[in-house]
Amino acid sequence: MSDHDKLYSTKFQDKIERSAVLMFVLVAIAVAVGGIVEIVPLFYLPNTGMSGGDGTFNNTQHKDMQGNSIPMDKIVWNPATSAHKTLPSLVNPQPTDWQPGDGVRPYTALELTGRYVYIREGCYLCHSQMIRPFRDEKDRYGHYSIAEESMYDHTFQWGSKRTGPDLARVGGKYSDEWHRKHLKYPRDVVPESVMPNFFWLDKMPVDVNKTVKTLKVMTQMPFNPVPKSIYTEAYIAAAPAELKDKTDLDAVIAFLQGLGNQVKFEEGVDYRD
Amino acid sequence: MEATQATPVKYDMDVVRWFTIAAVIYAVVGTLIGVYIAYELAFPFLNFDIPEITFGRLRPLHTNAVIFAFGGCTLMSTGYYIVQRTGATKLWSNTLAWFTFYGWNLIIVCAVVTLPLGLSEGKEYAELPWWVDIMIAVVWLSYGFNYIMTVAIRKTSHIYVSNWFTIGMIVMITYLHVVNSLAIPVDWATSYSIFSGVQDAMIQWWWGHNAVGFYLTAGFLGIMYYFVPKQSGRPVFSYRLSVLHFWTLTFGYVWLGAHHLQYTALPDWTGSLGAAISLAMIIPSWGGAMNGMMTLSGAWDKLRTDYILRFLVTALAFYAMSTFDGPVMAIKSVNALSHYTDWTIGHVHAGALGWMAMISFGALYHLVKKLWNTEMYSDKLVNVHFWIALIGTVTYVVAMWVSGIMQGLMWRDYDEFGTLTYTFVESVSAMHPYYVMRATGGLLFNLGTWIMLFNVVMTIRKAVAVRGINAVAARA
Repeated sequence: MSDHDKLYSTKFQDKIERSAVLMFVLVAIAVAVGGIVEIVPLFYLPNTGMSGGDGTFNNTQHKDMQGNSIPMDKIVWNPATSAHKTLPSLVNPQPTDWQPGDGVRPYTALELTGRYVYIREGCYLCHSQMIRPFRDEKDRYGHYSIAEESMYDHTFQWGSKRTGPDLARVGGKYSDEWHRKHLKYPRDVVPESVMPNFFWLDKMPVDVNKTVKTLKVMTQMPFNPVPKSIYTEAYIAAAPAELKDKTDLDAVIAFLQGLGNQVKFEEGVDYRD
Repeated sequence: MEATQATPVKYDMDVVRWFTIAAVIYAVVGTLIGVYIAYELAFPFLNFDIPEITFGRLRPLHTNAVIFAFGGCTLMSTGYYIVQRTGATKLWSNTLAWFTFYGWNLIIVCAVVTLPLGLSEGKEYAELPWWVDIMIAVVWLSYGFNYIMTVAIRKTSHIYVSNWFTIGMIVMITYLHVVNSLAIPVDWATSYSIFSGVQDAMIQWWWGHNAVGFYLTAGFLGIMYYFVPKQSGRPVFSYRLSVLHFWTLTFGYVWLGAHHLQYTALPDWTGSLGAAISLAMIIPSWGGAMNGMMTLSGAWDKLRTDYILRFLVTALAFYAMSTFDGPVMAIKSVNALSHYTDWTIGHVHAGALGWMAMISFGALYHLVKKLWNTEMYSDKLVNVHFWIALIGTVTYVVAMWVSGIMQGLMWRDYDEFGTLTYTFVESVSAMHPYYVMRATGGLLFNLGTWIMLFNVVMTIRKAVAVRGINAVAARA
């Protein structure tokens, strides 16, 4: 028996080691399993913020203290069933516009621009947008985040590091003027801050074309697209007016002020169960 | 390892030489950017109000430079080297290998231009714009195809263990990169992931953790299984342990990504599953680390004189340490404290500096000597590099462990009245000394890479000069 024929392990392992094809195929199978088991169910299970297009969110059931289920259109805004039919507007506000507490809604044109700037400047590298269900996080940031709240976040922004505080519920916490001062020169407002100055964002007019294209792209997403009943053709056509004379700084402030006040959370409901 | 042949094989080593030089240069550049952004966090005036060099834009450049430029060129140089030597064959296609060299470096140039301009997809370690993602896929598949074809045409009977790990990396990184980069472009600069919220988060961390697990671990284990035995002149301690190490790691590592999302809006079962498998991964990881360490049994005395071996062994020690640190952080109660803090940064750098960079340095020094058929210009400088890199790594990691745990404890601390003891910004100012310490540790580490660059350049110059003299002498 020559050395090359000697078995050092099992027959099967020996066979794999002699064949590049067999090695390749078995490795390709072995590395696929974990991802399939952990990722694929998230598209079909309840409580994953996956709309599935039928409004039932894969049969997600949030139950109140009496054990009654809360209708999903109280969590995720549905213009068809809500008294408020349109996205908030700066130029032409209506009493029928979406109100805080109406449920999760897609971003307005200005917020979507702000979100683009937020990603461009790498804000997610130091700020999370995901509150965990702990007492201290509730006291510091507010109610824990739920899956539906980031369902329209194409490229999620949960973050992984808090060099600065969590921003998931920063909306309404400070005035626009505070944000303006703080974003421009953070250390004028918070002396210990290590955030870069962003005063130059105020000199950059928003990219209207990009936002209009982004609005359209958001309706074309294969998973959790923005319904065309919300980003209507009329809404997209009106977007340039909403963005008129706005700077990147205005957009970021609008984005931040819209974070976290969309769902009206009720006591005693386990929104993650 | 390589089969003894009657006629020596003429290997394709030019492309390996250029990837080796590129890796050494990118080690300097990648860590230099890291040092700069570390100082930005300690002294924010260093952002200089220039958009292109603010922390948020340079941090992706740092991570991409160290992972894809330094890590990638190291993997490709060692990969092309190992696959030829262990298979006793030339590359399947030398032309395709050169294509990967130019392609990969073009991608790096694109990253250097686009990331400071703010072109970002908003996913960590996958920020590059959509058209660069396509370039990466093309070059990566060319590398993978060439590699596997070279394995297929090998002259040896069995596929050597290093190649198993590299094949694992090639396949997994292909899956990860393709799925995680699925996006709809808005224009040439911007695109948005087709996934959102929970699904996007899970896919991102499936990518994020396995970029570490396969690119930075499996790939570098391939390096370890070749260069540790070669440098120490001892066979791998246990073949069976390497079989176990390979299959458990290949199957198991993929599951770990979910532990980055514990207590988030991701369903609880997914995070818990990720945590459970993370704990189990101590076994293959430590098995592999032991396997590498024990390869030195009977040759430990070499550590006194062989500075390259010091890099390789220290890397294994850090591998063992990080693969203990990681599973501990995956435990839910620990993760509740460690998540969102600097502890994560410390853990990553224990792996990236201590394991990945150290094993790379060892392998690259070994390669320089072999490829130019010479001794190092200065062995002393290799030793200086080793110590400065080690001190830098330890300084960095300790600073981040302390600051991370401190952050976590400050955030959750309550006073006797039941209110939060510290405001957020108090935790920020408490981090200042540790951020300075971390940046200084990084600076030391970066200094080491300059020493390496100098040493490698001088070595190659000397070797080329000697070869020139010999050629003249031969002609005379």
